[in-house]
Amino acid sequence: MTFDALMLQVIAGLATGGIYASLALALVMIYQATHLVNFAQGEMAMFCTYIAWALINAGMPYWGAFVLTVGIAFVFGVLIERLIIRPVENAPVLAVVVVFIGLLVILNSLAGWIFTYTIKSFPSPFGVQPLFGVRFMSPHQLGSIGVTVVVLALLYAFFRFTPLGLAMRAAAQNPESSRLVGIRVGWMLALGWGLAAAVGSIAGMMVAPIVYLDPNMMGGILLYAFAAALLGGIDSPGGAVVGGLVVGVLENVLGAFVIGNELKLVVALVLIIGVLVVRPSGFFGRVHVSRV
Amino acid sequence: MLLETKGLHASYGATRVLHGIDFALEEGSITTLLGANGAGKTTTLRALCGMVKTSGEVRFAGKRVDGRATEDIVRLGVAHVPDGRGTFAQLSTEENLRLGAYTRKDKAAVQEDLERMYGYFPRLKERRRQQAGTLSGGEQQMLAVSRALMLRPKLLLLDEPSFGLAPLVVQELFGILRTVNEKERVSMLVVEQNAAMALDLADRAYLIETGRVVLSGQADEIKRDDAVRRSYLGY
Repeated sequence: MTFDALMLQVIAGLATGGIYASLALALVMIYQATHLVNFAQGEMAMFCTYIAWALINAGMPYWGAFVLTVGIAFVFGVLIERLIIRPVENAPVLAVVVVFIGLLVILNSLAGWIFTYTIKSFPSPFGVQPLFGVRFMSPHQLGSIGVTVVVLALLYAFFRFTPLGLAMRAAAQNPESSRLVGIRVGWMLALGWGLAAAVGSIAGMMVAPIVYLDPNMMGGILLYAFAAALLGGIDSPGGAVVGGLVVGVLENVLGAFVIGNELKLVVALVLIIGVLVVRPSGFFGRVHVSRV
Repeated sequence: MLLETKGLHASYGATRVLHGIDFALEEGSITTLLGANGAGKTTTLRALCGMVKTSGEVRFAGKRVDGRATEDIVRLGVAHVPDGRGTFAQLSTEENLRLGAYTRKDKAAVQEDLERMYGYFPRLKERRRQQAGTLSGGEQQMLAVSRALMLRPKLLLLDEPSFGLAPLVVQELFGILRTVNEKERVSMLVVEQNAAMALDLADRAYLIETGRVVLSGQADEIKRDDAVRRSYLGY
């Protein structure tokens, strides 16, 4: 194993890790608001990526399609919360989980039915010429790292510095007090779903050129994202990002040099089980202690 | 009348807690609800902001508000210092205060009010960047009162404002409440365990027993009432 080969895998890992981080962040955002893991997050992203593909095929320029897709994803997320999740708000956990899984299956089948199960290639907006003469990285890797960084920075600024972001954080952690200061908690949850779906759609569009577009493309990605979210701590947005990058690098380095590419997904599964057994709160998660 | 209830009933599930409460609160006044544990004081406050299922009439500034969503009632200018303080534990002290002014659009005045709260409670200023959940109980109580005042409410509902505070701080807090009432004409409805202090602060008082109003009058008359003195003031 040469140093160059290792660097190559680390950088590839950071590029896909950024994508896992985005999807993990989407999971964490919904978990913080509802205390549930949205199993349909990956399929929502996949479906939005198909919409982007359809827009591009209809002749729209890439970035136009990109922006429009993110917008559609946002509305789509809000609608899912309002129409499907809201009615089961107070239902037992398992009922909601079944709703999530139902959503997963429906979106998967719907995508197959509308767009067929044939694997499609999805364009990268970053071309094939090396960007800025960087030789370790493909332009798409560099570009997707850039897009991920921009998305994360925007989200951070939104939640940290805007009154609406503050209200969303407040609504997620203390709904009753939030109502008492006049926050419309129901809408904050819907906005959270919209944002999560928008972030997920970006992850989908960034990963599609690598894994190709098909209705099952997010299955593996979602597993890595779960591993990332758990590793960082399921209630920690910063942890999800760090977890995503760690999982991406581990997956690539172990896949290339230790266990081989066929067993890459095992890395995610081992991480999921390992974290849950050894440190269920993850690296940055809050340990919940309550007096009885 | 700023606030008026007629035949206010409230229940938690199948358990009825309020059995037709009638009371009125004059604009600019301080009214206190007295009563033993479990009499329905907290529930009355919760019923006023639509936090429990109610029947009966609640009018705020002439408008029917019963059955409306909590956040809509708050937007009419009703602030609530809830039972248990309602701290946003993972947010900073300052973020808690800013949330109190969430529905206000006058940014400059919000900033002024923030400084005013820090003037009332210098402890909060020292801890402005600190996670609110790590504040002491007393500090969180000050934070809850300040957060409610950040709304610039017309009516302030206070559920046990003295709870967990040292006697000196209670004195100070009640002094601040009186100032706010006099200077800014904020009307208040106070629920208190400490009946003596509440009666000193209030203009009017209602005595609630098992979900009904059993006595009402001017605060100083109530203070002289023999039964109240024996049961609630302890002398």
